[in-house]
Amino acid sequence: MRDVIIIGSGPAGYTAGIYTARAGLKPLLIASSVEPGGELMKTTEVENFPGFPEGLMGPDLMANFQAQAERFGTELLFDDVIEVDLKGDVKVVKTLGGETFESKTVILATGAAYRELGLPREKELSGRGVSWCATCDGFFFREKAVAVVGGGDSAMEEANFLTRFADKVYLIHRRDSFKASKIMADRAMSNPKIEVIWNSAVAELQGETNLSGVVLENTVDGSRSELALDGLFIAIGNDPRVWLVENQVQLTPDKFIQVEGRSSKTSLPGVFAAGDVIDPTYRQAITAAGSGCVAALDAEHYLTEH
Amino acid sequence: MSKNVTTAEFKSQVLENDKPVLVDFWAEWCGPCRMVSPIVDEIAAEYGDKIEVVKVNVDFEPQLAADYGITGIPALHVFKGGRDVKQLVGARPKAVLVQELAEFIG
Repeated sequence: MRDVIIIGSGPAGYTAGIYTARAGLKPLLIASSVEPGGELMKTTEVENFPGFPEGLMGPDLMANFQAQAERFGTELLFDDVIEVDLKGDVKVVKTLGGETFESKTVILATGAAYRELGLPREKELSGRGVSWCATCDGFFFREKAVAVVGGGDSAMEEANFLTRFADKVYLIHRRDSFKASKIMADRAMSNPKIEVIWNSAVAELQGETNLSGVVLENTVDGSRSELALDGLFIAIGNDPRVWLVENQVQLTPDKFIQVEGRSSKTSLPGVFAAGDVIDPTYRQAITAAGSGCVAALDAEHYLTEH
Repeated sequence: MSKNVTTAEFKSQVLENDKPVLVDFWAEWCGPCRMVSPIVDEIAAEYGDKIEVVKVNVDFEPQLAADYGITGIPALHVFKGGRDVKQLVGARPKAVLVQELAEFIG
């Protein structure tokens, strides 16, 4: 029987690993087989993580997190959790690789997954012009016309990054102002290759085998127009990844895992949650890391008392 | 490590191969590709009698990527009898990939 199992390997998961490992709890961190490192693996330069005045690449930051967690004895498993039973004193965690683990506590740090537009043919055209990752796929749009949908920091970052390859980058947003931070929005709006299309939503995806364009709907007057595109990058936010636990722990009305006050305590004793999966508001690397620390300390306290 | 094929070798090694060929389109800068690469190597080792596995580095062979309509990687395509018969885009766990390739390696 283990003391601590951590599910997830973003800033929250690895920070929980660092703290529980330093506390001598020999945590097992299940990092996923194909997406270890979480959202930051898909970003480029991270400029706002304190302690790195020059900035660093997202994947390098996550490699540092991992190395620091391992240094104190966090055991890593690159596998995917497919089932958990968290109700009793003994928590059971099963993986796709066929392993079953038991633990006294579980820290859920499963993060959030990219939100889809919810349009017909979106899945079919994904990887065929429709993408959720500019740093992964931007390369294929050299001298092409692409669009980014969204109005937050990640939409601004994607649009700026894509100007390295594409000739033209449209930024499609459903309102008449961005919710992105001022520095990111200014950077996008002053980029000569970026053209903002305000008050518009993507209503249809066009193209036979690959995306060839979209139909835009004006969110003010409902009028429709067509826009020819080679690529569409979707950056309209994330949904907390809760499918594993949604029938076991209490969720908020927005489907985040409910925690008690500023703690990481879920509705089940011995089960803690941290990072983007509990956070509808801030969702930063540094707040996720702080939240992972809280979960580690809460788990440690629980283990002392039980 | 499975072999990287070039545009010049593609016809003889992939299109004219007697066996089905799994082609892993990848690049150095692609994070998810780094996770997929060892998985396809394991598939090559375990199912090598049924399927050939090769890699195409899209940085060096952009024309091949364009020819097969690739706009995102990792992309795994299966070629059989010279035809591009199955396309899988994005990383997935090994067990899932093995299931999706069942018709070729089962």
